[in-house]
Amino acid sequence: MSILVGAATRLLVQGITGREGEFHSRAMLEYGTNIVAGVTPGKGGQSAVDGQVPVFDTVADAVAQTGADAACIFVPAPFAPDAMLEAADAGIPLVICITEGIPALDMLRVQHVLRSEGVRLIGPNCPGATTVGGAKVGIIPGDIHRPGPVGLVSRSGTLTYEVVQAMTDAGVGQTTCVGIGGDPIVGTNFIDVLEMLNADPETEAIVLIGEIGGDEEERAADYCAREVRKPVAAFIAGRTAPPGRRMGHAGAIISGGAGTAESKRQALQAAGVRVADSPSQIPALLREAGVR
Amino acid sequence: MKLQEYRSKEILARHGVPVAAGETATTPDGAREAAARIGGPVVVKAQVLVGGRGKAGGVKLAASPDEAAARATEILGLDIKGVTVRTVLVTPAAEIAKEYYLGLILDRGRQAVTIIASADGGVEIEETARTNPGAILRLPLHPLIGLQEHEVRRVAFFLGLPAELRKDFGAILRGLYAAFIESDADLAEINPLVVTGAGRLEALDAKIVLDDSALFRHPELEALRDLGEEEPSETAARDAGINFIKLDGTIGCMVNGAGLAMTTMDLVKLAGGEPANFLDIGGGAKADRVAAAFRIILEDQNVRAILINIFGGITRGDEVAHGIVEARASLGRQVPMVVRIVGTNASEAAEILRAANLITADSLDDAARKAVAAAGAPG
Repeated sequence: MSILVGAATRLLVQGITGREGEFHSRAMLEYGTNIVAGVTPGKGGQSAVDGQVPVFDTVADAVAQTGADAACIFVPAPFAPDAMLEAADAGIPLVICITEGIPALDMLRVQHVLRSEGVRLIGPNCPGATTVGGAKVGIIPGDIHRPGPVGLVSRSGTLTYEVVQAMTDAGVGQTTCVGIGGDPIVGTNFIDVLEMLNADPETEAIVLIGEIGGDEEERAADYCAREVRKPVAAFIAGRTAPPGRRMGHAGAIISGGAGTAESKRQALQAAGVRVADSPSQIPALLREAGVR
Repeated sequence: MKLQEYRSKEILARHGVPVAAGETATTPDGAREAAARIGGPVVVKAQVLVGGRGKAGGVKLAASPDEAAARATEILGLDIKGVTVRTVLVTPAAEIAKEYYLGLILDRGRQAVTIIASADGGVEIEETARTNPGAILRLPLHPLIGLQEHEVRRVAFFLGLPAELRKDFGAILRGLYAAFIESDADLAEINPLVVTGAGRLEALDAKIVLDDSALFRHPELEALRDLGEEEPSETAARDAGINFIKLDGTIGCMVNGAGLAMTTMDLVKLAGGEPANFLDIGGGAKADRVAAAFRIILEDQNVRAILINIFGGITRGDEVAHGIVEARASLGRQVPMVVRIVGTNASEAAEILRAANLITADSLDDAARKAVAAAGAPG
């Protein structure tokens, strides 16, 4: 067991012939991810990643011929909303969108359609999801993981790698690591993933990585207090961020005194979550909570 | 991207929102002429993007054109929260019978454009939210069909608008919504929306914040960016495709990824130092972008050391290492550099760095400590 993706996932990559799409598709294949198709309009009939993946003109064609059941999107921002809708229209139940810089109003509409059609969207502006030893979908480096009992959910990209690396170096392995993305409008939130990890029998403990902006972490804290009986450790980035400034991620901004790191840390601590001052402390906090 | 009051009002006026006629001026003489053209008493308002300009003395009443020039003399050049006032808006002094708040925001929790309305206008909505949350209506709108007439009516009744003003109010709310959607805003607010002495609704002040991610399809709005109010280094960073925010410390930071960049700043602080900036070189950072990041960081004369923290993923470590070594060779000012590169192509990166004799670090905590130590040492 694991969540979202695994050895059984039949992945389709939209934008596979682009520079980033091809680079990361190669890394996903090396990890063992089963990429069954790529889509680039106008390049149907060709193949990508040194002939390893057949390319189709449309997602519908790719699904019909390969039975793809998950899509990973590397399409540039102006075209990514359409790519997500195309994947949903072709009946793909899981869409993971790596693209950053998608207008928020586009995401409102796309997310509404995907949710009403029962499609699970991860991202956008996210690093993807990796089930250790099963499949990596997205851009999380494969070699930072080791198998183990900890599930991880994060709003960040490279900060996720930092924490995972610290865990692996300390001998604390992972089940599934999910980056939900740093945009204001994302398809899947902390609570969605906490719910999945809480229900996953292989996951014994959970790591949550948040940052300033919004009140997602506060809500996650509330959910942890009510529903999660597994130990949870957390790190919140942005204690030194000045208010009123957008810290890179479109969603990372302290506005009107709300969304501070301190407020999130306090909410999590009050919910019984162990909160780290540095990513390097996460493994020790997990050990303290009984993780082997 | 925030728009100045007069720009926001121009956009709203184009969408049928009644806005008092106003003129901008950059000199006292300009303010005098504007006041003369407008006629009667006027208000001279500093055009700055930071809040609290009223308390800072940036909004003043003037009874005559000469008085308008005098008030403009006081306001132009005024420092409001670190921003120097360069432009004032001269606008008729309205007689105010009643003030409302009317805004639209992108509500991330509800995943909807949401109307915020309150009959307590003229104060910050966050203040009302703290002191009297029941006085605020929040109405999320459907993402596909948008603002509907029953929603317009609901807001009008909530505000307790006199019956004779409801029709005009509908046009204002519809105009505000159209302006929000068409300009891809994050926020569009009228505060206050007033009933004038003559019994008419009018937007007395307005603010629009645009979604930076949507500016690519609004070149006409991008052109409204007020460069005079930006740190020149932040303008240069944006042109280079870098996310940069200047801070007051001594340790320059160059990091890939916003979350990790914030974490790096936090750990510098935890190690006893102060970060000089937030800097995210973005995904797929190339040598030229790294070079631009160095120039931007080192323009800040407070910077005594640079901490470079790159965790590979979309960014390739060896490219970054090459970029660091190349860029460093061409820098006019040299400061100690602590470099940590992990992840994709990290071993190639480490070889390149070692060959160039840069300070390397095993972990982020270690890198932060070394950078703080290096910044403390002279030179």
